Amino acid sequence: MKPTPPSRTFDLADVRARLDGLRGQQYWQSLDEIAETPEFKEMLHREFPNGASEWDDGVSRRSFLKMAAASLALAGLTACTKQPVQHILPYVKEPEELVLGEPQLFATAMCRGGYATGVLAKSREGHPIKVDGNPEHPASLGGSSVWMQASILDLYDPDRAKTLLRDGEISTWADFASDFNRILREHEANQGAGLHFLTETIISPTLAAQLDAILKKFPQAKLHSFDSISRDHVREGARLAFGQFVETQHRFEKTSVILSLDSDFLYTHPLALRYAREFANARRVSSGKGEMNRLYVAESTPTITGTMADHRLALGSAEVEMLSRSLAQRFGLGTMDGTSTKSESWLNALARDLEKNRGKSIVIAGEWQPPIVHALCHWLNDKLGNVGNTVFYTEPVELRPTNQLASLRELVSDMQADAVKTLLILGGNPVYAAPADFDFATVLPKVKQSIYLGTELDETAALCAWHVPQAHYLESWGDAKSFDGTISFQQPLIEPLYGGKTPPEILDLIFPQQPVRDDYEIVRSYWETQKRWPDFEKGWRRSVHDGLIADSALAEKKMELKSDAIGEALRSHQVSVTGIEVTFRPDPSIWDGRFANNGWLQECAKPVSKLTWDNAVIISPALAQQQNLAAGDIVELELNGRKVRGPIWLQPGQAEKTVTLHLGYGRERAGRVGRGVGFNANQLRTSDALWSASDLKISKLGEKHPLVATQTHHNLQSPERQIYREGTLNDFKANPQFVKQSIESPKNAETLYDTNEYRYDGYKWAMSIDLNTCLGCNACLLACNAENNIPVVGKDQVARGREMYWIRIDTYYKGSLDNPEFSHMPVPCMHCEHAPCELVCPVEATMHDHEGLNLQVYNRCVGTRFCSNNCPYKVRRFNFLWYADYKTPSFKPMYNPDVTVRWRGVMEKCTYCIQRISRARITAEKENRRISEHEIQTACQQACPTNAIVFGDLNTPNSTVAKLKTHPLDYSMLGELNTRPRTTYLAKLRNPNPEIQSEAKG
Amino acid sequence: MAQIFRRSSNSIARATLVGTFVAFFGFWGVVYAVYRSPYTTDVNVPLAQPAPFSHKHHVAGLGLDCRYCHTTVEKSSFAGMPPTETCMTCHSQVWKDAPVLAPVRESMATAQPIRWQRVNQLPDFVFFNHSIHVQKGVGCSTCHGAVDQMPITRKVHSLYMRWCLDCHEAPQKFLRPRDQIFNTEWQAPEDQLARGQALMVEYHISTNRLQQLRDCSMCHR
Amino acid sequence: MDTIQGSEPRMPDPSKPYPVTVLGYPAEMIGPKETYARVSDQIAGIPLKHPHPKFWLTCFAIAGSLFLMFCVAVGYLLFKGVGIWGINIPIAWGFAITNFVWWIGIGHAGTFISAILLLLHQKWRTTINRLTEAMTLFAVMCAGMFPLLHLGRPWVFFWLLPYPDTMKLWPQFRSPLVWDVFAVSTYFLVSLMFWYLGVMPDLATVRDKAKTKWKKIIYGISCMGWRGSARHWQHHQSAYLLLGGLATPLVLSVHSVVSFDFAVAQLPGWHSTIFPPYFVAGAIYSGFAMVLNLLIPIRRLYRLQNLITTRTLNNMACVTLVTGWMVIYGYIMEAFMAWYSNDPFEKHMMWDRAFGSYGWVFWGLMLLNCVIPQLLWSRRIRTHDLALFFVALSVNVGMWVERFVIVVQSLHHDFVPSSWKMYYPTKWDVITLLGSIGMFLMLLLLFIRYVPMISITESRELIALRREGQL
Repeated sequence: MKPTPPSRTFDLADVRARLDGLRGQQYWQSLDEIAETPEFKEMLHREFPNGASEWDDGVSRRSFLKMAAASLALAGLTACTKQPVQHILPYVKEPEELVLGEPQLFATAMCRGGYATGVLAKSREGHPIKVDGNPEHPASLGGSSVWMQASILDLYDPDRAKTLLRDGEISTWADFASDFNRILREHEANQGAGLHFLTETIISPTLAAQLDAILKKFPQAKLHSFDSISRDHVREGARLAFGQFVETQHRFEKTSVILSLDSDFLYTHPLALRYAREFANARRVSSGKGEMNRLYVAESTPTITGTMADHRLALGSAEVEMLSRSLAQRFGLGTMDGTSTKSESWLNALARDLEKNRGKSIVIAGEWQPPIVHALCHWLNDKLGNVGNTVFYTEPVELRPTNQLASLRELVSDMQADAVKTLLILGGNPVYAAPADFDFATVLPKVKQSIYLGTELDETAALCAWHVPQAHYLESWGDAKSFDGTISFQQPLIEPLYGGKTPPEILDLIFPQQPVRDDYEIVRSYWETQKRWPDFEKGWRRSVHDGLIADSALAEKKMELKSDAIGEALRSHQVSVTGIEVTFRPDPSIWDGRFANNGWLQECAKPVSKLTWDNAVIISPALAQQQNLAAGDIVELELNGRKVRGPIWLQPGQAEKTVTLHLGYGRERAGRVGRGVGFNANQLRTSDALWSASDLKISKLGEKHPLVATQTHHNLQSPERQIYREGTLNDFKANPQFVKQSIESPKNAETLYDTNEYRYDGYKWAMSIDLNTCLGCNACLLACNAENNIPVVGKDQVARGREMYWIRIDTYYKGSLDNPEFSHMPVPCMHCEHAPCELVCPVEATMHDHEGLNLQVYNRCVGTRFCSNNCPYKVRRFNFLWYADYKTPSFKPMYNPDVTVRWRGVMEKCTYCIQRISRARITAEKENRRISEHEIQTACQQACPTNAIVFGDLNTPNSTVAKLKTHPLDYSMLGELNTRPRTTYLAKLRNPNPEIQSEAKG
Repeated sequence: MAQIFRRSSNSIARATLVGTFVAFFGFWGVVYAVYRSPYTTDVNVPLAQPAPFSHKHHVAGLGLDCRYCHTTVEKSSFAGMPPTETCMTCHSQVWKDAPVLAPVRESMATAQPIRWQRVNQLPDFVFFNHSIHVQKGVGCSTCHGAVDQMPITRKVHSLYMRWCLDCHEAPQKFLRPRDQIFNTEWQAPEDQLARGQALMVEYHISTNRLQQLRDCSMCHR
Repeated sequence: MDTIQGSEPRMPDPSKPYPVTVLGYPAEMIGPKETYARVSDQIAGIPLKHPHPKFWLTCFAIAGSLFLMFCVAVGYLLFKGVGIWGINIPIAWGFAITNFVWWIGIGHAGTFISAILLLLHQKWRTTINRLTEAMTLFAVMCAGMFPLLHLGRPWVFFWLLPYPDTMKLWPQFRSPLVWDVFAVSTYFLVSLMFWYLGVMPDLATVRDKAKTKWKKIIYGISCMGWRGSARHWQHHQSAYLLLGGLATPLVLSVHSVVSFDFAVAQLPGWHSTIFPPYFVAGAIYSGFAMVLNLLIPIRRLYRLQNLITTRTLNNMACVTLVTGWMVIYGYIMEAFMAWYSNDPFEKHMMWDRAFGSYGWVFWGLMLLNCVIPQLLWSRRIRTHDLALFFVALSVNVGMWVERFVIVVQSLHHDFVPSSWKMYYPTKWDVITLLGSIGMFLMLLLLFIRYVPMISITESRELIALRREGQL
């Protein structure tokens, strides 16, 4: 950040004027654009004074020699020199069931925020290369989250903790074990007084059992658990409503009306993948049924869920509580004066809609909403007869549920009182993530014997006496429950790369036995004691194979609602908000910071803002106008005494008086990727205001920081640009063909070239993307990265417009500046039958194959880039510099061996996962049969949690894709250019409440 | 005034003209020749191996089937290289302490793999699949030559793309019946073309498939 | 040597140094006092005696250092990749292609003057054709480099040539880039031969006038033993005419083909049928401007006003003006078509061109290319060296900017708004451009230094013609 004269901010009144001027279906562009401020240009110029950064940008510095060597090698390949001789190193003893060159799949489970999601990990020649959802697992149903897809990169992260450290000195597992035993012997004397354990949310039965045993052995020992993205408010809400912790589960499939009070149940919820699938199924009109559910969302900052809303209110966190109170009031609970009047009529319409759909609706609150709002949700769901239908309750999923904040507070006070002799931290990086007022960093050193099990050398590791590297989940045995209670198993695909250990292994040391048991024996023996299966070996093997214990989901539980308690709580404290409100949210990409060193996640454009490589002070345009702020301005935020600096980002749809900060950035001790990226919002986050607070002070510093977004135009310019087509459910019912009534595609014959050149007699691959169910969650993008060895290019290159995604997700805004409608559009290669890119390549490196695929031959490409210029969809990506990492040894086993790792100077693009097609084709050919429908899934399709992407063969008459192509909503983007794209879209349908709609019109 | 040049200069001039012409094309001719010569292609250049394994002895002599060692040739893209234990199945009994087998025994003892030199190698951007070729009637010797006559294994074809295409364009010239795939002595019969055509039908290589065999994407991804 | 020197032509009235036509245009194509001997001595004297060495060396030093910068830039480019330039997706072509088109355009004047004007019996070309042809060659050399340099993998450029490779592959002849390869290389070869054929007799003259042995030998070799015998002349003339005939269609074809690089694409702002004629006109426009920029200082410096007369400059200015209007017509048609087609993408492209992020570039272009050149309507400007020089300069810059607008602006806002981006040239873009200019000037200076820059024989023809009263 270099100081610069304060920038001219644009006049938002003028922007509004312009927007009002626009008629019809006007999608408008990013603020910089519409107000034509030179911000963006200035920013680029400032940050990268023309070309200056070539000398010092990360890419070049790291890959200087690499490039020299590699370009020689390349020259070698192409000029008349011979290839270097390679070697073959066969096994000494070949493992069973391993066929070199063929992938193996293993079911395991990944945990985030505690809760497990079942995954299928793909292994090639003994190393994992890809992670996908486990279709049999209720928490995944085959869908993926960005974190699942990116987790493979974490496994091979060269910056992982590689050695066991004692006070920063390299040590050994044996030394640790003996020292740990010494410590424990000390504690045996005093029954474990001063022996403390800090874990994340505990959902592993084995771990829980171990902890129980420990408490038996050391009655004085204390357990604490803390997750920076904790669900405390949900727990307390339940306690308020039912007098005890219960887990609330939802069935979105059956709903017709959903009200989300600041809940991002489609993305951040522990069961989001399942909920997304159910939600989408209830919305999918392509499946023939003409009904859709209706989603109302009130939230402070646009989230995935918010962008899917039919009606969205941009309300501050506190305003959401007011809203929920006055809604409850409408159903006869409590009395409430100051309702936010602006949403009065909205609320009435909503209430009527809920009333109309008794038993078929859901009211759900976000983890960040105070307990009372959760209690109100329970009450409303009960009142609306949803309980037992769309909502039901179960025992808590986590073992030993507790108020994590209180539990951490207790630990901190004990540490301050020097009552903590030994602290064993099992993951979680509390030094970084704990509330600022706990000041964990200063109290932790007071503990002499601190042991930290963590994956990387992070802030906590630096302050602990012992740091034991934690094994990645793909390296460990384990068990965990998913949010619905299903017990899932973890099995390793690879020996721990750096001798990492798992929590059970550490705890097992407390019960000394010879020989020391590894995680496999620990987990297995635990389940042996459980007597779950008549024939243990059989049951165990089956469960490990499946990755879960079938039907182990928690049973539905009848709960008694304490209405009066809720009413009491309502009266007892009144909600109020003063000044500017700040809300804290987990980052949509790097969550609470645990993924900060993951280049894929850092570079993938955040769902709505499309920001990369940064977090920002997200404010509404209106606030920006009052405070005279522009994107990129560095401001100092002050919240009762605590200060933090960050760059401004204007987010249309942000609640007017609410500033949103995403957690997880500003890591001081992370790997080369995550260190020092963004600012640390935790510095403002205190225990009394974990999720939101009032009276935030913003002061402009007159400096600027370049924020880089991959999309700077969110406007479709003119209605004639029929790129994104949409309508309402009623339009569709009135005239199913309404989408077609736009520019029609020309005849196939309207080309200079022979239309019979390719006849597609064999297979005819095509893709259909349902804009109606696409959440814009980036899972497809990450899956594509992993499948196709797509490089990370870094912030500088992204700022220059050189990101490498093969599939990108465009987000368009429509309507008012303060609360626009959002539209997501995934754009992979269209695989045109008349592909403009093919004709202009002088060396035929971009070629058309006989199944209609449009492919890039990297080893033939000379890099004229003409193909990209001539591609109307701009889905081609070019290796302007040497982007692929040939150097880092730990990445080599990560690359998909079926896909070429591209070198400098060649074009690359989506291939419909040709490697998967070829594999299936070869298998089918060997068996002399056609490829059956579900044999091939493209990476993006496989990852999509809502099945919005469908891929298949058009020559198979009743394949899903063939059917979808005949659906009335089907249209081709820019079809008028006669490109005849194989990737087509199903138009978006919204399902607005007629009352609100008419009012909006009036 | 005096002449600057002697008479001979005329002929020199002419010679130069012709010379430049010849030199230009000559140079490229040489480059071309080198690029196709064993110097670049390694064709018929035996490589030194840690243990002097003789296909001649094992195949022609002992009559081992290709698949005894190259086990995955029908299953996978990779034909498979025998693990040390495969060697030891016999050599723990016969030639127990033959010095030439020292590397093998050592590998078994130290659990360190044997470091064979790769004889037939393709660039990383070429994706070749053994199983489908074997399945579709391309015999081992079609590409690997008379391995059974090789005391030390060597490459017999340049493996240039041009060479691959020769077959991908006209498989009928090379295809053989399934039962002959692993027959290293197989020779194309007189009426190979006719038989080849018939085999193509048998192997479901339709005209469409034939066109497809020339798509870049068949081998490059 | 005064072998074929006849009697002196009659002297015109010395009171009027430069006779003018009725309209008051300068009428002379060659100074009044010129004799065969003087012409020979004067022109041949420049390479032999090398007047004004200081000035020449200074220019050469400047040009040379620019050229060295160019070498550095190219070296770094080859080492690092085209990423050192400002290009991105969607703007995958930037300065490189702009420069390519610009240089090719400049390379048009030479052949136009020497070939087309030859066939049209335009005598005023005789004293300038040599220099312009040389300029053409150097311009095409500069142009030729850019398509290679802009490749992602320049070391495999030869895949664009049809030759029997080990991959059984050929270039794709549907691609305009392949057409370019042939168009440009043909053009270069023909121009080269044409130029060399013309220069041979003069090299002989220099050889004969040369004093030192080495000069005699070198010029002797390079003129391929020209003796000026009748047979030589007969062959020479027919060959010259033949090549002229060959070169003429090329003048039109080359830039038409180059324009296909854009016209064949379906990008708004590129996809337009008017491109070929519009590009050719633009090419000659910039070509003539460049010739003027070179001639004016040179004729001042080497006192060649008597050979390169104001009449010649005046004629060139007129051609510039005419071609300028063809270009303007092109602009108008583009705008009209955008409106008339009613195609949203075309319309937006045009709007963005004028009022978008690159609007200022567009208006600059209008000023340089359309407004300023209108000064040429005035005779006083056309016959005033300095004024003419600056007008020509504005045209040269203007034509470069035009190519920039076509390449960059069209790309930066294409079909799908989400991928719209901006293009900012890096220092390497700029260095490469300046460097290529340096290379161009360097070659030109070497030419002036060692080769007779005006055709001696043809100037002597002029004298002969005047003697017969045919001027």
